[in-house]
Amino acid sequence: MKLSKGKAQVTVNTVFDALRDAMIREERIEIRGFGSFEVRHYDSYEGRNPRTGDPVHVAPKKLPFFKAGKELRERINAASRLEDESFGS
Amino acid sequence: MTKADLINRVYGAFEGISRKEAAELVETVFDAIKETLERGEKVKISGFGNFVVRRKRERPGRNPQTGQEITITARRVLTFKPSQMLKTGLNAADD
Repeated sequence: MKLSKGKAQVTVNTVFDALRDAMIREERIEIRGFGSFEVRHYDSYEGRNPRTGDPVHVAPKKLPFFKAGKELRERINAASRLEDESFGS
Repeated sequence: MTKADLINRVYGAFEGISRKEAAELVETVFDAIKETLERGEKVKISGFGNFVVRRKRERPGRNPQTGQEITITARRVLTFKPSQMLKTGLNAADD
């Protein structure tokens, strides 16, 4: 389809703003053919500054998680079989 | 939230487009992202996060159901790294 740069930009912004707003509402997001997003809650814990070893208090927090849909996961993995390269992790 | 909700939002963001056009716009965005990731390239959405394809080596694993040892083959996996802005937004909305 013909798609001007301006139109593409507004579309991308609209889509990802909507996804962000849904996450803030803690709504589950499921985009067929792409994947799903969810917000996970973490309790507070006593952590350490890895450099100094000092104890630090980590406040409770929420983090977004993405899970690729089956179709996309398979497409991405299938693409790797076409390549002959050394794998790094 | 589903793709239908995204289509409605995009429909509302433009004057004089049809719902069908809005659906095509949303589809185009996700198709472009998927094609980029399939090539092994990362996709950065400013203010939202990065979608990154990571290469995993072959490693030993277990069937959690049977406990049987198996080899997990080398593969590519898709990961999402949320931007600082998104993480801050999620936690600012705190109760």
